[in-house]
Amino acid sequence: MIWNKEAEGMRIGEREKLQLERLKTSLGRAYKNVPYYKKRFDEMKVKPGDIKSLKDIKKLPFTTKTDLREGYPFGLFAVPCKKIIEVHTSSGTTGKPTVSGYTRKDIEIWGEVMARALTMCGASKDSIIQNGYGYGLFTGGLGVHYGGQTIGATVVPVSAGQTKRHLDIMQDFGSTILTCTPSYALYLTEAVEEAGINIKRLKLKAGCFGAEVWTDRMRDEIEKRFHLIALNIYGLTEIIGPGVAQECDQKNGLHICEDHFYPEVVSPETLEPLPEGEKGELVLTTLTREGMPMIRFRTRDITTLRRERCKCGRTLVRMDRITGRTDDMLKIRGVLIFPSQIEKALLEVKGVEPHYQIIVTRPQHLDEIEVQVETSKKIFSDEVKQLEEVKKKIEKHIENSIGLRVKVTLVEPKTLPRSEGKAKRVIDKRQL
Amino acid sequence: MEVKQISLFLENKKGRLWEAMDVLAKAKINIRALSIADTSDFGILRLIVPDPDKAKKVLTKSNFTVRENDVIAVGVSDKPGGLAGILKILTDADINVEYMYAFVEKSGEKAIVVLRTDSISNGKKALKKAGITVLSSRDVYGL
Repeated sequence: MIWNKEAEGMRIGEREKLQLERLKTSLGRAYKNVPYYKKRFDEMKVKPGDIKSLKDIKKLPFTTKTDLREGYPFGLFAVPCKKIIEVHTSSGTTGKPTVSGYTRKDIEIWGEVMARALTMCGASKDSIIQNGYGYGLFTGGLGVHYGGQTIGATVVPVSAGQTKRHLDIMQDFGSTILTCTPSYALYLTEAVEEAGINIKRLKLKAGCFGAEVWTDRMRDEIEKRFHLIALNIYGLTEIIGPGVAQECDQKNGLHICEDHFYPEVVSPETLEPLPEGEKGELVLTTLTREGMPMIRFRTRDITTLRRERCKCGRTLVRMDRITGRTDDMLKIRGVLIFPSQIEKALLEVKGVEPHYQIIVTRPQHLDEIEVQVETSKKIFSDEVKQLEEVKKKIEKHIENSIGLRVKVTLVEPKTLPRSEGKAKRVIDKRQL
Repeated sequence: MEVKQISLFLENKKGRLWEAMDVLAKAKINIRALSIADTSDFGILRLIVPDPDKAKKVLTKSNFTVRENDVIAVGVSDKPGGLAGILKILTDADINVEYMYAFVEKSGEKAIVVLRTDSISNGKKALKKAGITVLSSRDVYGL
């Protein structure tokens, strides 16, 4: 099912026209109403009127999280506060949070793109959506909420981190769609097993998982244990929240709602736009946002855009699963590494659970990586020899994947933090 | 009945062994014998208890990684050369011992040796062939 056939299946040429028209309007508004943008445009000697084609977007300045922080809290709003009906903030783990303001129309757009996303997961009026994203300043909870309500599905706002409730509701309400972070989904599968719940009696059909980097192996694991189809959702508070992009049942990348958010992929080093099919940092420009237009926002997320036709019938460009963040990149002995590479290698070893933590130290002027892996029942043995072999096997797989030797430490199950929001995978203890 | 051994994974962390013992104590499970294999970052605790299924259950419930497997138990006369005799039989039969531990039974006349050979059935066969009595779970658990 497609929520909005006209928008999602629009001919590409026609959509480009629409994008350009919307971009011009949005730039004009941003320049006129947001002193920050006016200043940046003037510094770069560019005027909204200079943008005559979509390609011209590269003349515009980038916006970063730091810029948003400087404008904290409401500096980038393009409308007076009385027009803002809701605000959200990012987690603020690395400093002051960034604030996102929504007009009534913005909330409608959010509902619309989330309705598209949930429909890609098979949601309809008949669905019971069990929402395990946190409600509050975090956009996850309310994003799914608005999307579900736009469709007319039944939304159960459980929020994050109420495992017992989740299990009860899943069984008693017969929830058909689960929305939460993939690490929490995995955690729930464990809880379901522990509680002795018969998976076959659950009615879950699909999961809409996102808000953190995950892998196809994790998908396989969740699907196998939960008997559902697990699809990837993408979004960020600065742009709107979840719903910027969503995977369809082809599991072949995430369709970006590009009639609302214009995507580019740039080289993280030179910041030059890269052609489609090349891997780089995703940059997004909002085309319809009123409350807080974002111009060339650097997401820090690493992905690739693909334009080949998707079997689902949507003509929306697809982005690959995020493989890392430019600020998450670990530079170890000069080699760039993403935690996801380590995760992938880990999951290639049979019986190993995707619960791990990477600890980087520099004991004697040389970086060392320790990967702590939880010992599952499947890999545990009464013989030291066997356990040492598992350890070596994991070390070998990681070395093959990243080209660096690592030390693997087996730890007890359920001792590594399972965050209910974003899993903290890397602890960098180096004094750099 | 085969003699079962419970083994559990222990991270090399303060208090962890006590926690495992505490779980068994609260479940009123007595320990007949135990051994710990330790490496620099983890250990494997191996236990012989009268009710291995119950021990496994309570330990699993307390989030320990537990495994239950067969081991060989034999009675050895408590005098010099007692153990050597057993090991000679296994060596002659080309059977490798992965690990073993021993304890003295209450009467003090015999020592009980718990053996883990690479193949439990081959180990048993070789011992029986040499006229050694392999103990049953009843002999061991009820000590």
